[in-house]
Amino acid sequence: MYSEKVLDHFQNPRNVGEIENPDGVGQAGNPKCGDIMKIYLRVENDVITDIKFKTFGCASAIASSSMATELVKGKTVEEAWELTNRAVADALDGLPPVKMHCSVLAEEAIHAAINNYRRNKDLPVWEEESHDELVEHHAHHHH
Amino acid sequence: MSMQVYLDYAATTFTAPEVVTAMTPFFTESFGNPSSIYSFSERNRKAIAKARQQVADVIGASADEIFFTSGGTEADNWALKGAAWRGRSKGNHIITTKIEHHAVLHTAQFLQENGFDVTFLDVDAEGRVNLDDIRKAVTEKTILLSVMFANNEIGTMQPVAEIGAFCREKGILFHTDAVQAVAHVPIDVKAMNIDMLSLSAHKFYGPKGVGALYIRKGTRIENFMHGGGQEKGRRATTENVPGIVGLGAAIELTSGRMAEASARIGKLRDMLIEGVMESIPHAKLNGAPSGERLPNNANFSFIGIEGETLLLDLDGAGIYGSTGSACSSGSLDPSHVLMAIGLSHELAHGSLRLTLGEEITEEDIQYVLSTLPGIVKHRREMSPLWEDYMKKIEGGR
Repeated sequence: MYSEKVLDHFQNPRNVGEIENPDGVGQAGNPKCGDIMKIYLRVENDVITDIKFKTFGCASAIASSSMATELVKGKTVEEAWELTNRAVADALDGLPPVKMHCSVLAEEAIHAAINNYRRNKDLPVWEEESHDELVEHHAHHHH
Repeated sequence: MSMQVYLDYAATTFTAPEVVTAMTPFFTESFGNPSSIYSFSERNRKAIAKARQQVADVIGASADEIFFTSGGTEADNWALKGAAWRGRSKGNHIITTKIEHHAVLHTAQFLQENGFDVTFLDVDAEGRVNLDDIRKAVTEKTILLSVMFANNEIGTMQPVAEIGAFCREKGILFHTDAVQAVAHVPIDVKAMNIDMLSLSAHKFYGPKGVGALYIRKGTRIENFMHGGGQEKGRRATTENVPGIVGLGAAIELTSGRMAEASARIGKLRDMLIEGVMESIPHAKLNGAPSGERLPNNANFSFIGIEGETLLLDLDGAGIYGSTGSACSSGSLDPSHVLMAIGLSHELAHGSLRLTLGEEITEEDIQYVLSTLPGIVKHRREMSPLWEDYMKKIEGGR
């Protein structure tokens, strides 16, 4: 059902935990659908120097969180904003179709954390797509 | 060798070696069509008759009230659709519960879409249906009540004898899906006033793909499969002779050791429940207390973790269980049973069902108890939901 990469990131998730006094925090998902992701950022000179996550959810949710944090670590905030759920899923060698929304949550949580950072810095926030828009967007991608 | 502990006996059991031995000749040597009149098929006709008697004996029926099917799902479909179709001149109201297996639930919904009124009764926090609720739901148009004997997820047993007595008095047909209960707990269709009962062989060490519907003599329901004259013309198709022989052998074998097995397995199950509740903080037991649930069933919720995660971690440790989480099923909603007993989405997503059987030993249970708490702790440590839950608890102090 899952690729070896998904299982690896599920069993040995990277960047798990919290950052004390983070520069940005963001959360996505809700308990109703069974997934919640929380992302903590440390930003120095516009570069994400550290990132941690905590996730409640299934294997794809945990693996997506782990992979997403790996993909944006060391990137600028602008570069990190461009991370798509598709890039997360591809880096995991794919997710089962029913689990694609887990990768969307990772994108959402990172966006929320970046905007939280920008708010803390008195910078204008960037426009976030809602979960439904992202899922919709993704669905069109596929057809 | 690393440990392997199969704790999903409610999903399916292995086929007992004795059962396989009984079935084997009917694949190769004695393959004749039971409908053929030559003597070559005589052994097969006798084997089917014997199996029918073996099933009847275990549930207190007579052999001519047993009709073989392809399994529990078909038996449920037949009972509901057959009773609805035949009873529609008398009324169009059917009563069932919110915690039925999908074989009943989805069949009832199909009937609802086709002109029948269906009442889906609530259950209490332990999964029990209330007889007063049944009384209140009955109308002059009620033709059928279907309440499962014991729930497949949480193991809760229903007051079947009381429901049966009530239905008999009211002249309403009473069907029970007893797929999880047959050969594991005592059943007497006559004493319990059951009109129809579904059972399935692979839940009691028989083969998959064979089951039966008990139809009390005089119960008027529509025939199910139209074709040849098999099963007295009520369920056509060439008999699955090896399967039927396996069903008969398995029901006799398993019910023969019922008392000993349920005592032994019930004790191990209680040890599992006590161990989990002691060693895992904020664990919740779902379902009724021991004595009012199937002896082999344990169902827990662990707040802060998601069921599929738990199953995969357990799988990695060689322990095989199941969950009511949506993530494992591919649908978005968690188990309808866990929602019906009033669990929050968080708790329903974090459920774990462990069901015991023949080969489970005390050592297996000790192994689960030495493995599960660490897995739960590890996953909770990375869960924002657990973090919030702990803050709420500490804040409340």
